[in-house]
Amino acid sequence: MSAVTSPARPASSGMSARTLNRIVIYGLLALFAIFYLMPLFVMLVTSFKTMDEIQNGNMLSLPQSPTIEPWFKAWGQTCVGLTCAGIKGYFWNSIKMVVPAVLISTLLGALNGYVLTKWRFRGHTLVFAMMLFACFIPFQSVLLPMATILGSLGRFGATLQNATGFNFGLGNSTVNLVFVHVVYGLGFTTLFFRNYYEAFPTELVKAAQVDGASFFQIFRRIMLPNSMPIFVVTVIYQFTNIWNDFLFASAYAGTGDVMPMTVALNNVVNTSTGVVEYNVNMAAAMIAALPTLIVYVVAGRYFVRGLMAGAVKG
Amino acid sequence: MAFLEIDGLKKRFGNVEILKGIDVELEKGGFLVLVGPSGCGKSTLLNTIAGLEQITEGEIRVDGRAINDLHPSKRDIAMVFQSYALYPNMTVAGNIAFGMEMRGVPAAERQAAIDKVAKILQIGHLLNRKPSQLSGGQRQRVAMGRALVRDPKLFLFDEPLSNLDAKLRVDMRIEIKRLHATTGTTIVYVTHDQIEAMTLATKIAVMRDGEVQQFGTPAEIYNNPTNIFVADFMGSPAMNLIPAKIDGNGSALSVVLDREARQPIVLPMPGAPAGLSAFKDKQVIFGVRPEALTDPEGAERNGSSIATADCHIEVVEPAGSDTFAVTNLGGKGVVARLRADARIQPGTSTPLAFNLSKAVFFDPATEKRIL
Repeated sequence: MSAVTSPARPASSGMSARTLNRIVIYGLLALFAIFYLMPLFVMLVTSFKTMDEIQNGNMLSLPQSPTIEPWFKAWGQTCVGLTCAGIKGYFWNSIKMVVPAVLISTLLGALNGYVLTKWRFRGHTLVFAMMLFACFIPFQSVLLPMATILGSLGRFGATLQNATGFNFGLGNSTVNLVFVHVVYGLGFTTLFFRNYYEAFPTELVKAAQVDGASFFQIFRRIMLPNSMPIFVVTVIYQFTNIWNDFLFASAYAGTGDVMPMTVALNNVVNTSTGVVEYNVNMAAAMIAALPTLIVYVVAGRYFVRGLMAGAVKG
Repeated sequence: MAFLEIDGLKKRFGNVEILKGIDVELEKGGFLVLVGPSGCGKSTLLNTIAGLEQITEGEIRVDGRAINDLHPSKRDIAMVFQSYALYPNMTVAGNIAFGMEMRGVPAAERQAAIDKVAKILQIGHLLNRKPSQLSGGQRQRVAMGRALVRDPKLFLFDEPLSNLDAKLRVDMRIEIKRLHATTGTTIVYVTHDQIEAMTLATKIAVMRDGEVQQFGTPAEIYNNPTNIFVADFMGSPAMNLIPAKIDGNGSALSVVLDREARQPIVLPMPGAPAGLSAFKDKQVIFGVRPEALTDPEGAERNGSSIATADCHIEVVEPAGSDTFAVTNLGGKGVVARLRADARIQPGTSTPLAFNLSKAVFFDPATEKRIL
């Protein structure tokens, strides 16, 4: 009897041990998830509460009488520094800076990756190593030199203005920020694209050469259309980084109408006139965070694998 | 003057010489196969003809015109790549028309050319598909279509069949041969498969270590290999290369093959090559292909010099169409090719007929053929 049951016993105890393991693992995961999502939850519920409820209620409780008034106020009326016209202007400042910066740095990264893998020249590894180095430079250390360069560019713009009547955007704060973000984004975008194109079949490039396609025709017709996955990764990465950047934004466009969203948000929260409107602040913060979320949700769908299927052997 | 001429072509990467002076020529409508083991430089040679690699020295002429400094697209060539290299983002029609598009051919003309090629290769129903929706054989056809549509002076094939399974490879090989026969194009074809080389080529260049070992028709390469490497590389199963001694009595030479624990086999060589007399009492490599070593009933009766000797059979491999028997001569396993129904048992002795008119001799020191 015991001989029959004994093999079953360790199996059942093993089963319960496994169940216990699962409980511990999922329990911990849930705990961390709650811990991580708690601030977001507080922000979200607070942004839909009235001030009375915030002052008298529990931080974690759901809004008793939900209102979207704080969101409208944050968007159109709240005070940033001394001007009280909401954050919408700054939101567009950020868009105007982020979109060109992301596109330019991504396209240049793609071009760099293309050259570094398919048009190799003597010393290409050194060039790539130096570009990689850019990924590891702490940005605080370049604040002052970059400010000097931007100042020179501004003076050059003023000279151009006098000579031609047009300054080509040099000296404009938004253009400055685009320039800075492109320069410091290039290291990463080049890294992404180089590694992707390293595995890209070189025979496609050779075939296109035999077909008579030029350097840029190959890039535009062959490389880019087959780079969707890495393009999406790079765009998400760059968009998130540049949109969320506070350091460069506050250093080179920290005052007045040219502030990007991150700096403006900081000023909303720091504006000390009367009572602190937590609901409006939270709504403003949510608005500031939305674009990166949207980019992830929209672009993430194109994160498809197997785009290269069929290029080479089956 | 030949149609394709390659003169003293050298290619160096830094200090490493990849191609060490290649001289090859091909007549119009010919089919040149570059064959050799991997790393022998055959693909590099093809790439230099295509213009995808620059050459260090020498000249490449097509139809009397030097092309070695021209851009690939200006050389009037088309290339089929090993991986097919179909553009994954374009349809089959787009792939075929891409070259014409780059050259600014009007859309109507492009369509006509696509239709013509699709008809030749029977890929009309595939024109709107993407490469990922095609099977291996279909991709192969599309890749050939992309080359055909250019109507170039020279077709270059870089191991085009190596990605296909065995059966499809044979089918496509016949298809390429048929295409060559019907269109009369001039083709340079790279492969490491000596059967592809033998079956397709009008001329074969056997390469090793950046040098052409032998250049000639398939029959020349097969029957008269210039050195041990070519003899060993071409043919399946490979030629038997047996260490042997030359014995002589006056001008009558004979080949002595040692055997373990048995009397050596002595084969009289009445029609021996002139150079062999210099090797009297010396070691040579005696080369005999499996089909020249067979059962006496299956041997060519009217062959000029057939010698029969009893051999101890170690292994018998029935292959369906033939039976291969392995015996030990000169310390090496030697393969004989017998009729399929040959009655033969492993572990017994049986007479084998050596067709000595097909035998070749090599100098073991230089590995060159003794003529």
